[in-house]
Amino acid sequence: MSALKIKKGSSKHSAYNLRPNFSDVTETHTIAVLVENEPGVLARVIGLFSGRGYNIESLTVAEVDHQGHLSRITIVTKGTPQVIEQIKAQLGRIVPVRKVNDLTVEGPSVERELALFKVEGSGEKRVEALRLADIFRAQVVDSTLESFVFQLTGTPDKIDAFADLMRPLGLIEVARTGVAALARGA
Amino acid sequence: MTRQMTGAKMVVQALRDQGVDTVFGYPGGAVLPIYDEIFQQNDIQHILVRHEQGAVHMAEGYARSTGKPGVVLVTSGPGATNAVTGLTDALMDSIPLVVLTGQVPTFMIGSDAFQEADTVGITRPCTKHNWLVKETEKLSKTIHEAFHVATAGRPGPVLVDIPKDVQFASADYQPKPSANTRHYQPQVKGDMEMIEDLVEAIETAKKPIFYTGGGVINSGPAASQLLRELVEATGFPITSTLMGLGAYPASGKNWLGMLGMHGLYEANLAMHGCDVMINLGARFDDRITGRIDAFSPDSRKAHVDIDPSSINKVVKTDIPIVGDIAHVLEDVLALWKSRGRKINREAISKWWKQIEEWKTVDCLSYKGSDTVIKPQYALQRLEELTKGMDRYITTEVGQHQMWAAQYLGFEDPNRWMTSGGLGTMGYGFPASIGVQQAHKDALVINVAGEASWLMNMQELGTATQFNLPVKQFILNNERLGMVRQWQQLLHGERYSQSWSESLPDFVKLAEAFGCKGISISDPADLDDAIMDMIKYDGPVVFDCMVEKHENCFPMIPSGAPHNKMLLGDDNATNAIAGKGAVLV
Ligand SMILES: Cc1ncc(C[n+]2csc(CCOP(=O)(O)OP(=O)(O)O)c2C)c(N)n1
Ligand SMILES: [Mg+2]
Repeated sequence: MSALKIKKGSSKHSAYNLRPNFSDVTETHTIAVLVENEPGVLARVIGLFSGRGYNIESLTVAEVDHQGHLSRITIVTKGTPQVIEQIKAQLGRIVPVRKVNDLTVEGPSVERELALFKVEGSGEKRVEALRLADIFRAQVVDSTLESFVFQLTGTPDKIDAFADLMRPLGLIEVARTGVAALARGA
Repeated sequence: MTRQMTGAKMVVQALRDQGVDTVFGYPGGAVLPIYDEIFQQNDIQHILVRHEQGAVHMAEGYARSTGKPGVVLVTSGPGATNAVTGLTDALMDSIPLVVLTGQVPTFMIGSDAFQEADTVGITRPCTKHNWLVKETEKLSKTIHEAFHVATAGRPGPVLVDIPKDVQFASADYQPKPSANTRHYQPQVKGDMEMIEDLVEAIETAKKPIFYTGGGVINSGPAASQLLRELVEATGFPITSTLMGLGAYPASGKNWLGMLGMHGLYEANLAMHGCDVMINLGARFDDRITGRIDAFSPDSRKAHVDIDPSSINKVVKTDIPIVGDIAHVLEDVLALWKSRGRKINREAISKWWKQIEEWKTVDCLSYKGSDTVIKPQYALQRLEELTKGMDRYITTEVGQHQMWAAQYLGFEDPNRWMTSGGLGTMGYGFPASIGVQQAHKDALVINVAGEASWLMNMQELGTATQFNLPVKQFILNNERLGMVRQWQQLLHGERYSQSWSESLPDFVKLAEAFGCKGISISDPADLDDAIMDMIKYDGPVVFDCMVEKHENCFPMIPSGAPHNKMLLGDDNATNAIAGKGAVLV
């Protein structure tokens, strides 16, 4: 038997890590998934992300059509273009998934998130917190002599910015809903 | 017309309406009402297995050899968890199964009741879909839906978990829906624009190759027929994955043999050097591609697959076509014919000359012996003595599996059942029983390694009980051969735990279960012994003592490109080094 083209230790690279055909720039995408609201459907979606090693930046879910028992899951995820395509294709394989829309590529869309911030403090800091809340159009939904709870709606960026400002002013707790998103226009 | 009946009766009625003739199963507390119904009817035969893993692999063998879904019935808790390996195996290889599990009554779910397990939770990642049915009203509809989901689109295993109180309660039976009104309807017709691109690529290709996979088999006999027509008409060479063997006949003149890690030299080199690759129902698995950045670097790639997630998953595709293979091939053939059946004849005959040159390497040749049976020789003799027969082959996992793929020829689809994606030792024996149950008069042979075979050997009882005359062709090298081979190539010949110690006397073992045992070690006795095995009317355990340290070649080491193939033992020891060593 000829030992044609045998080279000792010829495999220098891991076959699993090399994806030269695909771009390795990561992008953030907002994906809307319309699902039949049956038991376990959210576990299927989340299990897909954990099982295949995809990222979830944010996830919201609620029934949007009570008669048709349809829920909308909005997922913000990060990955290379190829991974994003895989995520959409894999979501499409889940039997109770009716529709998968990539809001990031399918034209302009609006994204909103709601957040609650508890800020503790007194004196100057308390006044400053209230002033900034006013600028951000955050509402005071609870107040005591030592604290406020602000409610803010906006893009995730806006909510991040507000959180950054509140931190030195006594921010002690944040609750965020995650992103809800819709395509613009009809 | 609706009829009131208990949930347990519904199960049997729904199976009957789905045309099920065999259920592979094992009873237990949580499925007793269903077993009571099985007792009171004769339409469906229940094959009592000896372990639930066996039931699932039997159902897989049944499904792969018939194209119909395999059906399994097991109890809650341990019954369900024992089914998990088979479910995962079926998911990886896209085999349609409907697995019914019993569950503790609904009012006890979540209480850590006796034999309670979160079956839908455990099996969610290893089924195509699963259901926990909490109301008897929904049971028959769910079972019909389960058959639809298991078989539609890319097939796969599904599971229906049925609490015991749901089996006892009564409700209206809903018959099998006649029209397809369901939401789950995967696309079967390919995009015509892409099909036109593919036809154009066929017309102009200089060094084309068909690369086919299990999708052709799953698509049904029409797909294999159309594939054969297209291959003959174009004259293009064709290779196949382990899963796709038989779609194009091994005796066909364009056949290059299997490709991949243990594929044929000519097949792998043709894949490496082609200019147009037409992937039909294969998925660029890592056993096929080897090192991705060096995989067929100069080709345009077309990929036809019913599962959109298979396309562009690993290898970037130039002509992606989502659709069922038979539908797409029909359109491709029609269009190609209507455009005048063009191919680049001159270039293709040059391409064939190149391929013929590769073939002269004779990559499957091996050193023969008069004193000890070479495993390759055993398979060559098996092939020679059985090839004209109505024959089905299953395998276990290891060297013997690869040798079987290399040395046996498959003329038709659905004749070759092997665990490809998961590589499950213990698959082949129960699978052979499932095949035999579906094809009572056929010759069903499981090509096995002694270690794999022991993993589900308890099913000898099943084979005997149901008079299923399966032939267990064990290539006994007293080694976990494939593991030993990797240790030789990768770990400095330190053979850690890869001996099969304390093996049973296979002849006595067979006899203890009421089967026939044959043991041979002299190459001169081989033909007669194989004929004895074939002629015996009943299950046979054929213990064929073979060369212990034979290696399986050709081999593309993990992480190496196709043109860096190992062809023989010279130079092979420690050939895999560097980062390739971390791969499996
Ligand atoms: C359930 C399971 N466990 C472990 C392995 C890893 N494995 C792959 S091949 C092999 C050895 C198989 O030995 P044998 O059945 O005797 O076949 P041979 O390679 O000797 O022909 C092992 C342990 C596997 N594939 N499946
Ligand atoms: Mg062995």
